[in-house]
Amino acid sequence: MDEKNDKQLRIVGFLCNWCSYGGADTAGVCRFKQPPLLRIIRIPCTGRMDPLFVVKALAQGADGVLVSGCHPKDCHYAVGNFYARRRLELVKRFLPFVGLDPRRFHYTWVSASEGQRWQQVVSEFSAVIQELGPNPGFGQDAVTENAPQAVSSQGGAGDTERCISPRSL
Amino acid sequence: MRIGVFVCQCGTNIASTVDTGAVAQRALDYPDVVFATDYMYTCSEPGQQEIQKAIAEHRLQGVVVAACSPRMHEATFRRAVEKAGLNRYMFEMANIREHVSWIGQDKGANTLKAMELVRMAVEKLRRNEPLFASEVPINKRVLVIGGGVAGIQAALDCADAGLDVVLVEREQSIGGKMAKLDKTFPTIDCSSCILGPKMVDVAQKENITLHAYSEVEAVSGYIGNFTVKIRKKATYVDWDACTGCGLCMEKCPSKKTVDRFNENLGTTSAIQIPFPQAIPKKARIQKDACRYFATGKCKVCQKICPTNAIHYDMEDREVVEEVGAIIVATGYDLFDPAPYGEYGAGRYPDVITGIQFERILSASGPFGGHVKRPSDGKEPKDIVFVACVGSRDKSVDRPYCSGICCMYIAKQAILARDHLPGVQCYVFYMDIRSPGKNYDEFVRRAIEEYGVQYIRGRVGKIYPRGDRMVVQGADTLLGAQVEVEADLVVLATGVESSRGAKELAEKLRISYDQYGFYMESHPKLRPVETNTAGVYLAGACQGPKDIPASVAQGSAAASKVLALFARDTIATDPQVAGVLESVCIGCGKCLSVCPFGAIQWKTLRDGSRKAEVLETVCQGCGLCNATCPPKAIQLKHFTDDQILAELDALCA
Repeated sequence: MDEKNDKQLRIVGFLCNWCSYGGADTAGVCRFKQPPLLRIIRIPCTGRMDPLFVVKALAQGADGVLVSGCHPKDCHYAVGNFYARRRLELVKRFLPFVGLDPRRFHYTWVSASEGQRWQQVVSEFSAVIQELGPNPGFGQDAVTENAPQAVSSQGGAGDTERCISPRSL
Repeated sequence: MRIGVFVCQCGTNIASTVDTGAVAQRALDYPDVVFATDYMYTCSEPGQQEIQKAIAEHRLQGVVVAACSPRMHEATFRRAVEKAGLNRYMFEMANIREHVSWIGQDKGANTLKAMELVRMAVEKLRRNEPLFASEVPINKRVLVIGGGVAGIQAALDCADAGLDVVLVEREQSIGGKMAKLDKTFPTIDCSSCILGPKMVDVAQKENITLHAYSEVEAVSGYIGNFTVKIRKKATYVDWDACTGCGLCMEKCPSKKTVDRFNENLGTTSAIQIPFPQAIPKKARIQKDACRYFATGKCKVCQKICPTNAIHYDMEDREVVEEVGAIIVATGYDLFDPAPYGEYGAGRYPDVITGIQFERILSASGPFGGHVKRPSDGKEPKDIVFVACVGSRDKSVDRPYCSGICCMYIAKQAILARDHLPGVQCYVFYMDIRSPGKNYDEFVRRAIEEYGVQYIRGRVGKIYPRGDRMVVQGADTLLGAQVEVEADLVVLATGVESSRGAKELAEKLRISYDQYGFYMESHPKLRPVETNTAGVYLAGACQGPKDIPASVAQGSAAASKVLALFARDTIATDPQVAGVLESVCIGCGKCLSVCPFGAIQWKTLRDGSRKAEVLETVCQGCGLCNATCPPKAIQLKHFTDDQILAELDALCA
C-alpha cells in the first residue's frame, strides 16, 4: 500500500493547539464520524498561520485547506486569532488572482468543547471538496471570472466588516 | 538521524479500524526510520520500556509514537524518551486515535490516513532540535478571585501553609451565596454559624490581603509571575477609619433603598453594611440611592460618623499585585425566572425564588426569621415548591441539571414545617436527584417525617385566585391534571454562570463552555487545573456544585498551588521564538504584534538594531514568526521548515 498513489482527495487542516485541535479530539472521543479526507497539522495558534502555508498547500496539490482556531475573543494568546482572521480573509480574496479556487480554502473557529460543531465543519467542507474534485493545480481552476461571487457566497467565517480594526498589521 | 516509530493499537481502540502492523511496516520506508513496530498499549509501563529498549538497541535519536492525541499523552512519552537519554523534544506524536480510528469505520482509508500522519510526524521530527528549558523564579504569592466558600477555603488553606494570599471580592463582603443561606442540607447546620468563623479567619490572618468591593481589571504575565491590576471601587467610606458601628445606617434618611442582600425583599439605608456578620464589617454608600449624590444636600452620615470616615469625593483606585498563581472561585448566579411568564415571578409578590425564601427563613432576613408572605405579611398555610425552574429545560437554554435544587427544596420544606408546624408543603418535581452522602435519606425524611407532598410533574401555570395563588400542573404518576391552592409559591431557580464570568475568562485567558462555566483541563483527571498554567478553578465557577464539593475543590486548588510553590523555580517551556540576527532587518513588526511584550530591541556592536526575544516572557504563539518579513524570527519546534515539511509530506 502506498499512500501517495491513491486517488483519494486530501484536505490539509491547520488547527490551533488550544481550541480546535481539542475540538477535533472531543469529536473523536464522542465518536462523531467524519469523512477521511482531512489530515491535521497542529500549530500553537492560528496567529502562527503564515499565508504562505495556504498557498503552498494548494499549489502543491492539496485539494482543500481548512484552518480553525479559537473563537475570536477567546484566543489562548489573547489576540492571535484576530491577526489570523484578517490575514486569512486576505488570503481568501487573493487566491483567485493566482488562479486558485478560493472555495478550496476555508477558515473557521471551533472551541475545544464543540465536538459536534467540528464534525459539522469537517463534513461540510469535505462535501465541498468532494464536489470540486481533485485540485487541478496552479492556475488550472477556471475561477478568475467568477471569483468575486465565490468569495461572497462562501464567505469563510463571514463577517468581513469586523475584520477592519484600527490596529494595523 | 535514526528514528524509531511505535504504532499503538490502544487495545482495540485503534487496531479495530487501523491496520497498525501495516502502518509500522510502511514507516520503515520513510527516510531515517530504522525501526518500527506496533504495540498493544504503548503508554503502559511495558510499552514505555519497549520504547526505551529500542532507543538503546537501535541507537535511536528520535521517536515517533502514533497513538492518541498529544494533548493526552505527549508529556508521558516525552518523559519516557528523556529517561532513555534523548532530549524530550526529539519526539513527535501522530494522532491516529481521536483523529483517525474513532471517527471513521473504513479500515483501508483509516490505514492510509494513519500512514500519512506518521510520515508527517517523521518529516517534522527530522527537523527537530533538542530544546532545553530555563528556570525562572516563582513569586510565592497567590491570588484568589472570589470570596465565597470555595475562595475562602482556598485562601485559608494557602494562608495556613504560610503563603501570602490576595483575596479579591466583587461584593462589599466576602461570604458569597453561602452567607445568604439560612441552613444547609442535609445536616440543617446554621449556614452563617459554620461560615462565619471562616470569614473571621480570613480577616484575622495576617498573610491574607483582602480587597473587598474590588474587581480584577487586567492580568498579564505567566505561571510563577503574574501581574494583576485590581480596581478598588469607590465606597465613599474610608475603610481604614470606619469601625462598622452602624450609626450612619441608623441615621441615613434614604431608608427605602432596595436591599440586594435580602434579594430585594426588604429595604435598607443608602449607606449600608449588608449583613451583621459581614467581613470586612465596613459601610458603603450606594451612590444611586444616596440623597447627597442625587440632590447635593444631606451629608447626615458625614456629620454623624464618629471617625470622619465619609468622603463623598472618593474615586475608584487601582492597585497592582504581583502573584505566582491564581485561583478562580467566582461562583455562580441564580437563574432569573422571567422567561417563565406563565409562573408570574415578578408579577405576583407571592411567587418568589428559592434564595428569596432562604432570606425569609433567615433570622437576619427581612422578616426576622418569621415565615410570612411578601404581599400582606400573612403566615402561609400552603406552600408550593416548583423544581427545575431554569434547569433541565432546553427551551430556556439551560439543559443541564443544577444539582442543588432538589436538595434545597427538601431543606426549605422541612424548615418551613419547623417554623410553622401547620403549614402544608407541596413539591412539583421532574426527578429527585439526591446523590450525596445522607442526601437521599434527607429527602425521604422530608417526605416521610415532615409529610411534604411530592407531585411528579411540571407546573403549567400559576395565577391568583382571591388572595391565594393557584398552581396548575400535571401529576404524571397519577396521569391527571392537578390544581393546588397556595399562599406562597417558591420557584427553585437553577444555577447559571456568574455574571461577568466570560469577561474575566478573557482576562485570565482561560476557556469557558457555552453556558459560561469555566473549563477544567480534563473533565475527569484534571478537575481544578485550567489550560492556562498557573490558573486553577474552585467551586461553582466550573459548574453547578453544592457546598461540600465547592469546599473540596477550594482545598484541591490550594494543594495544586502549594505543589507548584514547593519549588523555587519553574522550568519555562523552551518552545519559544528565537531570532536569527544575521537575517533580522530590524523592522520592529514582531515588537508591535507580540501580545506579551516578549520582544525588545538589542543594539549590536556595529550599531544595527535587532529584535531579541525574552525567553521567559514568550508564550510561544508564533504570531511574530508569521509576521516577520524575512522570517528571521522562528518559533522553535514549530519553525517554517518544520511546518512546510509536514505540508510536503502530505501533498508532495
